[in-house]
Amino acid sequence: MKGGRILLGHGSGGTLGHELVRDLFLRHFQDPALARLEDASDISLADEAGRLEGQVVLTTDSYVVKPRFFPGGDIGRLAVCGTVNDLAMRGARPLYLTAGFILEEGLPLADLERAVRSMAEAAREAGVRIVAGDTKVVEHGGADGLFINTAGVGLVPPGVHIHGAGARPGDAILVSGAVGDHGLTIMTHREGLAFESTLESDCAPLNGLVEALLAAVGPALHTLRDPTRGGLATTLCEIAEQSGVGMVVDELSIPIHDAVRAASELLGLDPLYVANEGKLVAIVAGPYAEAALAAMRAHPLGREAALIGRVVSEHAGTVALRTLLGTHRILDMLAGEQLPRIC
Amino acid sequence: MTQAALRDPVLAQRLAGEILKMAARPVRLMEFCGGHTHAILRFGIRARLEPKVRLLSGPGCPVCVTATADIDAAIALAHLPGVAVATFGDMLRVPGSRSTLMQARAEGADVRVVYSALDALDLARRELQRQVVMLGIGFETTAPTVAATIREAAAEGVPNYTVFSLHKLTGPAMRAILDAGEVRLDGIIGPGHVTTITGTQAWEFLPEEYGISCAVAGFEPLDILRAVRSLVLAIAEGRPRVTNDYPRSVSREGNRVAQALMAEVFTVESALWRGLGRVPASGLAIGERYAAYDARRRFAEAFAGVLYDAPEPPGCCCGEVLRGVLEPTECPLFRRVCTPAHPVGPCMVSSEGACAAHYHYGGAL
Repeated sequence: MKGGRILLGHGSGGTLGHELVRDLFLRHFQDPALARLEDASDISLADEAGRLEGQVVLTTDSYVVKPRFFPGGDIGRLAVCGTVNDLAMRGARPLYLTAGFILEEGLPLADLERAVRSMAEAAREAGVRIVAGDTKVVEHGGADGLFINTAGVGLVPPGVHIHGAGARPGDAILVSGAVGDHGLTIMTHREGLAFESTLESDCAPLNGLVEALLAAVGPALHTLRDPTRGGLATTLCEIAEQSGVGMVVDELSIPIHDAVRAASELLGLDPLYVANEGKLVAIVAGPYAEAALAAMRAHPLGREAALIGRVVSEHAGTVALRTLLGTHRILDMLAGEQLPRIC
Repeated sequence: MTQAALRDPVLAQRLAGEILKMAARPVRLMEFCGGHTHAILRFGIRARLEPKVRLLSGPGCPVCVTATADIDAAIALAHLPGVAVATFGDMLRVPGSRSTLMQARAEGADVRVVYSALDALDLARRELQRQVVMLGIGFETTAPTVAATIREAAAEGVPNYTVFSLHKLTGPAMRAILDAGEVRLDGIIGPGHVTTITGTQAWEFLPEEYGISCAVAGFEPLDILRAVRSLVLAIAEGRPRVTNDYPRSVSREGNRVAQALMAEVFTVESALWRGLGRVPASGLAIGERYAAYDARRRFAEAFAGVLYDAPEPPGCCCGEVLRGVLEPTECPLFRRVCTPAHPVGPCMVSSEGACAAHYHYGGAL
């Protein structure tokens, strides 16, 4: 595969396509259901005794990130983690993924292999199987290198009811770690904006962290959301709106790494509106806040977890941010996109 | 000094308390720079100091002060065959009289987003079959980098790079606002990045000719609070002066190398500002020596159809906002019709615009 490039023939269903499936996808994904090469794969959601208990959940997401490779991750890792995390945010155990690839003619095979290898690694980390796939090749100029779509199936255990409308007055708002790492990493590495920094994407599968939270506080866990596009601010606004509650968040308690602060000041961006790919917001019944925080901090992906605010019954649908001067302002959703400043 | 130290909540509260104690009467201060407006609202400084200290936003948003006609000209340039217009992303959605650069791009015009003029010069080197026109937007902060690309292009003989210079000078704009006399000001918070280039000497005309103080500030909460304290103190003492409250970046002389570079490449002429109209000696045009790199000269045909007296969008108060006459929230379109997703005027588009700052950070419960 060294030095090769994707040709239109790789998508034609002929020999080239078969070689790609065998030498790349099957070799890295290592899944018996996938290896049977049927038009559709057999999967089971039942336990060993053949019982199906709980709620089946299904999600899909497409990944078009540029640059494809960045410190802390790449498009392949993102394609697995993003979909796994969407399942985990419902309290589900992620079980199966599908992977669809849209490849631009001319894409270096080494780039594809690197992304596929990352997908396999991330899937192993998350404990999910990649059981079905598809590849299409478009002419040069018809796409930007490599697009990946993944769909995921998971099972929510009986008794777990986690959803966006679950936040109640008196609940605690927790975040699993420092915000802004992924978005700032991508922005600084795009278009020659890379400057010396220790920035690294936080891209990671969060299902293990969610399991730890569920084990610690069970039904006291009301809402989970991963603050991806739009960042922490937008995610909090969405939950406040869906749950019909207000929120008061303390700006000083939101963990943000120094490198992220510095880069965002330089670019004129607000880290509260920048994407994360390995963080979650947990809304937990007030009395269980400490237990939830301790469970998160005991997990490798939650070491910097923090209690950042409270859910209130006042100003429903609105998030208030307490500033360092003790004044309050409304924390709004992201409108449009964040762009670096000129002045 | 670390960033965390410049955001120390205890020190910030102490400074705010000192300011309110020191202000014998209510004072009105203008922050020239849009970056300051954002920080002042984002960190809750305005709410903490009101009503004793009123902070008004000024014209310091380069995208916002770009005239509608100049946007129209940029769009016309982008529609010329074989021409690619390189621009900072903030400019894409600013409405011209009929369209935006983003709309032009969707219609097939070649518009590229760059983060620096150096990227635009690289683009020209890579795509020799295209004419790359850099939109030179910005004050004394960005003008030196753009000047450097012109000098570099000339030294190398890059044949396909030009600049459409819309660069503007901050001092003359400040004068225009004060001369108009529409808004009573007791002091000016001087722009930190601009003054890094110009030096505090550029603001000495404020106490000397207008009898008001200027305190140059950085962009962290303590930077801004220190500058406000300097101004309130100067007002209380009745001794107008310029103070440097951003000494880790700013000096009296400024950046001499950058100043020389600007003087070599540009000549000062009058410029059209949104909100202020034509302001004498407030623009930087490309001088004779580098005339070959001037997009106005190379693509004169694109400028033929541009109307320099095109009306502003109906109801839009960006002009008044830029002069400090109206608060963004006093504009009838604010939040109702004009939002960051559907902006009517540039002050809602730019990340430095006062309306965008009030939209994002100005909401009180």
